[in-house]
Amino acid sequence: MALDDKIKLRWKESRILLLGGSAGSFKILFRLVKSLPVNLNKTVIIVIHRKKNFFSEIERLFGENSRMLLREISDKEPIVNNTIYIAPANYHSLVENEGYFSLDVSEPVWYSKPSIDVTFESVADVYKEKVTAILLSGANQDGATGLLKLRQEGALTIAQHPEDAEMAEMPQSAIDINAAEYILRTTDIFELLEDTN
Amino acid sequence: MKATITKDSITNEQLNELIDIVKKIHGFDFSDYTEASFKRRLARIMMLKKLGFYDLKHVLVNDPDFFQEFLEEITVNVTEMFRDPAFYKALNSQVVPYLSTYQHIKIWCAGCSSGEEVYSLAILLNEEKLNKKSFIYGTDINTGVLNEARKGIYSLRKIKSYAENYLFTGLPGSLTDHFTMMYDAAAIHSELKQNTLFSVHNLISDTGFNEFQMITCRNVFIYFEIELQYKILDLFYKSLCPLGYLCLGNKETIRSDAFRKKFKVINQKENIYQKIGS
Repeated sequence: MALDDKIKLRWKESRILLLGGSAGSFKILFRLVKSLPVNLNKTVIIVIHRKKNFFSEIERLFGENSRMLLREISDKEPIVNNTIYIAPANYHSLVENEGYFSLDVSEPVWYSKPSIDVTFESVADVYKEKVTAILLSGANQDGATGLLKLRQEGALTIAQHPEDAEMAEMPQSAIDINAAEYILRTTDIFELLEDTN
Repeated sequence: MKATITKDSITNEQLNELIDIVKKIHGFDFSDYTEASFKRRLARIMMLKKLGFYDLKHVLVNDPDFFQEFLEEITVNVTEMFRDPAFYKALNSQVVPYLSTYQHIKIWCAGCSSGEEVYSLAILLNEEKLNKKSFIYGTDINTGVLNEARKGIYSLRKIKSYAENYLFTGLPGSLTDHFTMMYDAAAIHSELKQNTLFSVHNLISDTGFNEFQMITCRNVFIYFEIELQYKILDLFYKSLCPLGYLCLGNKETIRSDAFRKKFKVINQKENIYQKIGS
């Protein structure tokens, strides 16, 4: 599917880029982080399923390869433009009206902490139509209802084409409940995000 | 298309209305709780109890017994033994040697929920042969979870995941060495319970009650707005002995310059601080 002007315009007008993924999403997230320009003029929030107690290389790997500033979210951290934030393991990451993050240790959602649904729903609540959200490869249904909430609030919602996802269940679950306004091939996702003029 | 369960979400006006009711009728002030997680908790209660917003309002006003249930569900009581094993490692190498120089070690574990952190500390001190001269106070606003804490009995499912944490702490043996196994649960050894006391304390409205060598308050501040955090930091500062230690959660940094001058950073990553000045 070719990218129309409408999607391009809404991407450009977004203040937040929200990326969610689980099994099989690491590679594409890594490439996306690498490709984003330093002056993207948006805040990027990434929620990727991860285990507690295993020292994670994600921050280091992403940080070393990103042109944007990259940080792991800590409590009450201000949400800053041109910065990539990664949700830490063993917490849910939420956003507050006043422009900062807050964390939550409550029960896992879809066996996951961080849960994509939790962050997506919270971002939908605060930033509404100012969001572009992309749900990538994963082996469970986390993220689908969050993406639906974003769509209902007017955000631009995208699911990675299940045929392109290493694990199709996550984007497919979102598509099944009509949460994804667009279903994009991986190449189109890159084309869209690289269009920053 | 699959059917979806959409949680009833609450508007900001409704949120404020509920906070007002709880404050006026029950005397608990949630107005400085972080909004996003508080809203999630309310949505969760409404789902669990199958209540709409008006029903919830109604029972909060008219059913005195409901409030205790409400209090237990609205606060997050998820905790683990040896959560963040690296924290316990740091504690053992950077703090315990100093604590051991005191004649009596008094520790306040604020927001202790069902007691897992209190017993983790008790095990740590026991391994260092400091349990006889230490005393751990666990406090929470919830009477229900404190009753669980006093029992010190945890399901085997939980013990299994705590045992995994324990392995990463570098402490000798295994977690189950400190428990008596029962059918489907495990009870903490009674000598580890001996020097602990659990009681109700509300960080938002109650004052200090002793002087401590160490205060731990981990993953509680995440539910509080910044201003409230400062108020409680002040309470902790006043409740610590000179050079006493304050341990916050892994992701809970002291952001205020004023308090940064009052606490020295002992471990940046684990947010372990030491009181300076008096």
